[in-house]
Amino acid sequence: MTITADLTPVDETTSPGATVELIDVVKDYSGHRALDGIGLAIAPGEFVALLGPSGCGKTTALRALAGLEQVNGGSILIDGEDVAELPTNKRDIGMVFQSYSLFPHMTALENVEFGLRMRRVPAAERRDRAAEMLEMVGLAKHGARFAHQLSGGQQQRVALARALVTRPRVLLLDEPLSALDAKVRVQLRDEIRRIQTDLGITTLFVTHDQEEALAVADRVAVMREGRIEQIGTPEELYARPQTPFVADFVGLSNRVPGELADGVVRAHGTEFALLGEQQPDGAVLAYVRPEDIVLMDEAAASGIGATVVTSSFLGSLRRTRVRLDDDTLLAVQHEVGMHPEPGSRVGVRFTGAPVAASPR
Amino acid sequence: MNANTRAAVRIGTEPGRVARGVILGVVGAIFLIPILAMVEFTFRAGLGGEYTLDHWAGLFAPESARTYRGLFTAIGNSFVLAAVTVAIVLVLLLPTMILVQLQFPRLKRVLEFICIIPITVPAIVLVVGLAPVYSVVVNLLGGAVWTLAFAYGITVLPYAYRAIQANLDAVDVVTLSEAARSLGANWLSVLWRVLLPNLRRGILAASFISVAVVLGEFTIASLLNRTNLQTALLQVSQSDPWVAVIFALLALLLAFVLLLSIGRLGATNRNRSAS
Repeated sequence: MTITADLTPVDETTSPGATVELIDVVKDYSGHRALDGIGLAIAPGEFVALLGPSGCGKTTALRALAGLEQVNGGSILIDGEDVAELPTNKRDIGMVFQSYSLFPHMTALENVEFGLRMRRVPAAERRDRAAEMLEMVGLAKHGARFAHQLSGGQQQRVALARALVTRPRVLLLDEPLSALDAKVRVQLRDEIRRIQTDLGITTLFVTHDQEEALAVADRVAVMREGRIEQIGTPEELYARPQTPFVADFVGLSNRVPGELADGVVRAHGTEFALLGEQQPDGAVLAYVRPEDIVLMDEAAASGIGATVVTSSFLGSLRRTRVRLDDDTLLAVQHEVGMHPEPGSRVGVRFTGAPVAASPR
Repeated sequence: MNANTRAAVRIGTEPGRVARGVILGVVGAIFLIPILAMVEFTFRAGLGGEYTLDHWAGLFAPESARTYRGLFTAIGNSFVLAAVTVAIVLVLLLPTMILVQLQFPRLKRVLEFICIIPITVPAIVLVVGLAPVYSVVVNLLGGAVWTLAFAYGITVLPYAYRAIQANLDAVDVVTLSEAARSLGANWLSVLWRVLLPNLRRGILAASFISVAVVLGEFTIASLLNRTNLQTALLQVSQSDPWVAVIFALLALLLAFVLLLSIGRLGATNRNRSAS
């Protein structure tokens, strides 16, 4: 399945970024197909995240776009120009790597200047632009420091400034936050999005962290085994997953056994409309979100009987795991006011929101 | 506490201050006593036990220039050989290792195996193999002393390889070169502006070790009938043992300074990382 999105700019007035298109791109590694005819179109100024489990080909796709991997087939277009044969240094891209990639023998300022030096920008202009970019990432006072004198988060900020200072056509982010601790990760994630929005640069962001992808991207492409399984806005992916894999990978889903007939899944007396492509009738597993299940006191219960297994406080909400009488295990999300005790009897009810399903 | 735990504790315990002093003293004495004996020998007037500065002063006397001309020529030869050997290491081995690290990582083991072979081959065996090769080299390039550097290039391979590889392993050259490429650098700029500055310590260590090995080499030069510092020292020692020992001391001093420089480079790097 090759999915190609429309080229609709996010904001045409502030989007100097380039269009990016991957068309039927194939990459083989000695008998293993890492990219299997991938198709992806990114509008100018758009922020797209490639999301998927390890080994799904997301980093390979990004590296192919950067020119760090030679592809075996297909086209890679930046602003309509086929760059598949162009070496990395001629593609006019900016890239931030997963591992800290600052040049250790240069100061932060010299690191940021590097790309400009390669483009033979005069020294004075180089200094000014590099200093300006360091200020943008909040490190104006750290220009004289070497990489080993900066924290991980600061190093990635400098790497971001270094990637952006040349005003590249495309910004590529290869899991730039994965080496950072949780708090810094969230801060830098938001900062990346702010800077990207300010500059309007077309951005491709690779991550295996669904929360990260959903939080920052305009659209998210979920990859599996070298192909794009589904691409859409974070809301679309979450609310209307087209395949069981997406339903399972993006967010939390309960697998509820049911019967599919005429495009409707019936389970525990509830009818669910089927999302995605039509499937043959028969026994299926329906993927139901925890927030699409209502938890009730047993006394007031008119729903399905269940026993509480565990209940966890998650800040603004509570997640409770219950076991139905037919042994199906469900995770239910509810407001923090309810405190179900493990072992107590409760009732549950499905809201009947549309679901993805896979044959059982 | 079982036997295994006791053993682990015993192995893991650092020796005390006194034990460390004794170990350092014994090891130091093993190195220092022969050197002190050599120094003492250079001040001896003869076998009678009197001391003189004549042997040292004689080195710088105008009339000695002729006597020691051969020795000075040999020193010059050794420095030329050291320079050409270092050039071979830097021009052939270094780019090969960088290329393997960046583009052909699967060949790393093969390259390592090839580079450590010379350490397992005795110099005399090496010469037996090199003799017919050198008959061709002489026909092609003449019998100039610098041609011996081809053989020395082989003998220093294990040491130079280890020094450079240790540095390559400590630096993520793949990511650094990819970052530089993504910023618009061509391969020459990647090498010159990014990789070489970060491999400086390994390159200097490889160069210094190569110089030290070349300055101390005797067997190959002697068996291939070339004159270098060590063969000249042997020759001089038959007529003037004091001068031979003085030059041996100076060669030792030079090697010591080179190794100290390597140590200082390493220490500088460690301090910088720790700060």
